Amino acid sequence: MTSKINTYKRFTSIFLLIFSLFIGVSNHLSASEPQEHESEETHVESSEHGHQSGEAHGPIDISAIALEHVSDSHSWHFWGEGHDAVSAPLPIILKGNNGIAFFMSSEFHHDNEGKVVVEKNGERYVMFDEKIYFANEFPNEYGQYITPTIEEKEVSVSNASPLDFSITKNVTQMFISVIVILWIFTSIAKAYKTQGVTSAPKGKQSFFEPLIIFVRDDIAKGNIGHGSEKFVPYLLTVFFMILINNVFGMIPIGANLTGNIAFTLVLSVATLIVTNINGNKNYWSHIFLPHAPKAIWPILIPIEVVGILTKPFALMMRLFANMTAGHIIIISLVGLIFVFKTIYIAPVSVAFALFIDVLECLVAFLQAYVFTMLTALFIGSAVADHNEDGAHNSDDKAMEAGH
Amino acid sequence: MNLFILASLIEPAVGLIFWTTITFVLLLVLLGKFAWKPILTAIKTREKGIEDALASAENALNDMRELKSNNEKILAEARAERDNLLKEARDTKDAIIAEAKAKSQAEADRIMSSAREQITNEKNAAVAELKNQVATLSIEIAEKILRSELSSDDKQKALVNNLMKDVNLN
Repeated sequence: MTSKINTYKRFTSIFLLIFSLFIGVSNHLSASEPQEHESEETHVESSEHGHQSGEAHGPIDISAIALEHVSDSHSWHFWGEGHDAVSAPLPIILKGNNGIAFFMSSEFHHDNEGKVVVEKNGERYVMFDEKIYFANEFPNEYGQYITPTIEEKEVSVSNASPLDFSITKNVTQMFISVIVILWIFTSIAKAYKTQGVTSAPKGKQSFFEPLIIFVRDDIAKGNIGHGSEKFVPYLLTVFFMILINNVFGMIPIGANLTGNIAFTLVLSVATLIVTNINGNKNYWSHIFLPHAPKAIWPILIPIEVVGILTKPFALMMRLFANMTAGHIIIISLVGLIFVFKTIYIAPVSVAFALFIDVLECLVAFLQAYVFTMLTALFIGSAVADHNEDGAHNSDDKAMEAGH
Repeated sequence: MNLFILASLIEPAVGLIFWTTITFVLLLVLLGKFAWKPILTAIKTREKGIEDALASAENALNDMRELKSNNEKILAEARAERDNLLKEARDTKDAIIAEAKAKSQAEADRIMSSAREQITNEKNAAVAELKNQVATLSIEIAEKILRSELSSDDKQKALVNNLMKDVNLN
């Protein structure tokens, strides 16, 4: 009976989640209306006045909405649009020519079109499409302090940019997730101290302990083998960093951090470094002295060297693409309602979005697992005493001597 | 498709790289020191504890089994000992009885033989006495007979004649 109620509750909460996503996207839709028309440049002014009428004019560019939704931003937008938008301002930190400028994103007054200039350290900044540029001295005919050039609907800005170290939406979520991760695992660590190691795990401990043991035994020991203990802390950190942020990304107002290429880049570079500083003689000899006739070494060695980079590159792209794709699919499904301009498509959209959302729950775990497992695999191949073909170290020497 | 936004999607932002690097390294250090080390140590300790407990349980079981078999052995030994004791007691009893029998037999034999010997001695003495008395009596009888026989001359002559008749002087 209770389980039925629970299932019902769960269903309602998922439904609410989808519903709130739907609301959120619809807000984004109208919020991005001006931006969408910006690419057509000539309509910028008219759209500025006419965007209250919303869906009344022009086809909706769902891809722009979706891409905007999965991208980073300088403020944390919750709902609403224009001057009614409810969003949290975030700090902007810029490294300009005259030193570091620090101000809140609210100083742009929700402007994302390069029309509001913020002056700091004697330098003038504008924001266009969530990117900050040095402002022109005078506005153009549309009131923009930038110089946009349009080539077949592609807008590029020729203004120079300062180095942007802002605490963006993604950075903020990362800080929050780090605080959550630290809270979870230090309190678990404390639980072991206070309850002792002989008692059964409780609460958080009982949820995370199997995951920790899974990472330690199945991922680390399974792929690295002997000496895997050294890498377990790194693998655990990567696993939970990705997992927690994947889950945060699924919350409708959450940021798509794990679907951001900068984030996955840092993680895969970390894997690249960990793998290569731990590479043993076998690993390097496999790359620079491959077991093949010397005639094909000029082909083989570059391939192996490139292989050092392609492995973490694949890691980076896989996580980025999987997480971003999931978000885009959900937004696209909900966007169908606005493309067809009918409420009757909504049940189909919601049903499919629900399905994809459930799938994303799986993907959140799966991608954390895949990233960690492949990291362990790369480390394993770098520290392995044996060759891929199972030959012994001494056999290697014998073979090298034979060449 | 707005390629400009798409390009911004796959172009890593320097700020996010910067903050991610700092945060990730910090997280790695903090978690490593304050979370993973105590957690992994605790899990390992518990696993070792469970292993030890299982091993000690196994040992206890083995000990108990050994104790049980020992007990049985001791019991069997005790039983054997008891049987042995009983048998010995029976043997001793038999031996004592046999010895007593033999002893009494020997005593009886001795008594019998000594009695027999005494009887023989007594008999011999009696026979000897009897013989002496018979001899004395015989002599006395003979004396008396002789006296009576030889009390007259006629009788002496008749005797001599009788004797002379027996003696054949050929």
